[in-house]
Amino acid sequence: MNMANDNGAIDIRNLRVWFGEGAARNVAVKGMNLAVGAGESFGLVGESGSGKSTVLRAIAGLVESWDGSITVGGESLRQKGRSKAFYKTVQMVFQDPYASLHPRHTVDRVLGETLQLHGFSDIDARITRLLDSVGLGGGFRFRYPHQLSGGQRQRVAIARALAPEPRILLLDEPTSALDVSVQAEILNLLSDLRSEMGLTYLMVSHDLGVVGHMCGQVAVMQQGEIVEELGVAEMRKLQANHPYTKHLLESSLGAIR
Amino acid sequence: MSDTLLDVENLWVRFPTRNGIFDAVRGISFSLGRERLGIVGESGSGKSMTGRAVLKLIRKPGFVEADKMQMGETDLLTASERDMRAIRGRHAAMIMQDPKFSLNPVMTVEQQMVEALTTHERVSRREARSRALEMLDAVAIREPERVLRLYPHEVSGGMGQRIMIAMMLIPDPEILIADEPTSALDVSVQLQVLEIMDKLVKDRGMGLIFISHDLNLVANFCDRVAVMYAGRIVEVCEAGKLQEAQHPYTRGLLNAVPDLEHPRDRLEVLERDPAWREAPSVSAR
Ligand SMILES: Nc1ncnc2c1ncn2[C@@H]1O[C@H](COP(=O)(O)OP(=O)(O)OP(=O)(O)O)[C@@H](O)[C@H]1O
Ligand SMILES: Nc1ncnc2c1ncn2[C@@H]1O[C@H](COP(=O)(O)OP(=O)(O)OP(=O)(O)O)[C@@H](O)[C@H]1O
Ligand SMILES: [Mg+2]
Ligand SMILES: [Mg+2]
Repeated sequence: MNMANDNGAIDIRNLRVWFGEGAARNVAVKGMNLAVGAGESFGLVGESGSGKSTVLRAIAGLVESWDGSITVGGESLRQKGRSKAFYKTVQMVFQDPYASLHPRHTVDRVLGETLQLHGFSDIDARITRLLDSVGLGGGFRFRYPHQLSGGQRQRVAIARALAPEPRILLLDEPTSALDVSVQAEILNLLSDLRSEMGLTYLMVSHDLGVVGHMCGQVAVMQQGEIVEELGVAEMRKLQANHPYTKHLLESSLGAIR
Repeated sequence: MSDTLLDVENLWVRFPTRNGIFDAVRGISFSLGRERLGIVGESGSGKSMTGRAVLKLIRKPGFVEADKMQMGETDLLTASERDMRAIRGRHAAMIMQDPKFSLNPVMTVEQQMVEALTTHERVSRREARSRALEMLDAVAIREPERVLRLYPHEVSGGMGQRIMIAMMLIPDPEILIADEPTSALDVSVQLQVLEIMDKLVKDRGMGLIFISHDLNLVANFCDRVAVMYAGRIVEVCEAGKLQEAQHPYTRGLLNAVPDLEHPRDRLEVLERDPAWREAPSVSAR
């Protein structure tokens, strides 16, 4: 078996994720199966509150109350804790750029610490390159999060995720805080990275235009379940079977017209 | 009842920095009637700062300068912080771009909504609770009973956004500034939320400033659109005619939108022309 290729695959079987116990227990993900091949870009769309972020958080080790199995790069994950090596392979970009950056750390420190943690030495040059690649000039390097606009913060978060040179990116609405021109730059950057380095993406977005542009295969979620999985080509031709997928596609096109 | 709810002339938002003063907003003028005014523009162009400046929510050391900032009878330029608190509670509300940041992290959704309701109206806690449930239902939140018991970090991105929207509508404001209010919502929920705002404009004559980077959405939903670049307004047009906009910057933004039905290998990115920054601001009054 080719380990290099296997490194970027995600396999999820019968995943259930819940919050709270006893009467208060709420099952947010109700037994889902998902297979993303190495080097693929897979889209997760669906209703707000349907469990999309929860799936990514379970993979990233940020939620512990789950069962079923999650295999990443051939390694079966445990409920709790992820190794440093895991975070070198897998990085996540969070939905909320406000909560994900430390308020008292400058951009320079955020990126510097991540690079240091993963054992890089040419930190200065790397910070410059990372900022460049997300379209932020050196002028932003010593700013604090509160001195950045929403979109600028999200670009810092993306730069931080790229810093360890991961093989898998879990992208939770990576561009929903960005204007369309920066979005285009970031999406082009993500496309380039994927084709140059064979990265694997699992991407949540409610923007079907973005998913259509970035992904080959899409799963549609509603109330904790995948109701349909379809190829982007079918999505474009509105060839959906499940009523919710149809509704989603129609609302999306309706909103444009 | 006047039809101009807000009149702003030559507004600047300035931040002293190590390298001198940074002007986030550079002399823009606009007015708001009982209408839906869209503000679009790239990241960092000054959209949020414009919205915050109107409610005097610019954090120090930043400061605001203007020739005129009139909200109904009130001259905002001379209004005290106490006046502003009264205005923010009653006449004008802002839905912030970062919903979870604006919710209180140590109070449940129920506690915050009930508190907001009971400070604005004479209602019992019980009534307030059932009103809160109705409001969550109106913004299409499933299982509102369960959601009332959650803390902000326990709700999803789109749920947080909708809870904020519901809370901001409690005082029944005359002016609502909504900063990216639907950016975390799927299209179908988005339509329902827009309908609520639309109703307030149509039925109660509210004025809405709708800040968004979603050009298609603004074109469909708003009446007028101001396009911002580098702290200025570069173009103002009827929302329905946004697709025919002339400014190369606006055209660039329109072309950068990925379209499900018309896939492309690469998305177009903006080629910025230094002249855009220098051109005087277009008035949206
Ligand atoms: N820490 C938590 N405690 C309790 N419930 C939670 C927690 N985190 C998530 N949930 C619940 O799990 C469900 C799924 O949330 P999730 O954030 O995965 O939704 P989502 O699909 O990402 O939605 P959105 O598109 O709005 O971001 C929601 O009902 C939410 O309230
Ligand atoms: N405290 C501050 N000090 C210095 N500059 C600031 C400060 N706060 C904001 N800025 C700058 O002001 C400019 C305008 O910010 P604003 O938040 O209005 O942008 P925006 O148009 O809302 O962008 P986005 O779409 O990304 O939210 C940005 O370039 C930002 O970096
Ligand atoms: Mg989410
Ligand atoms: Mg903003």
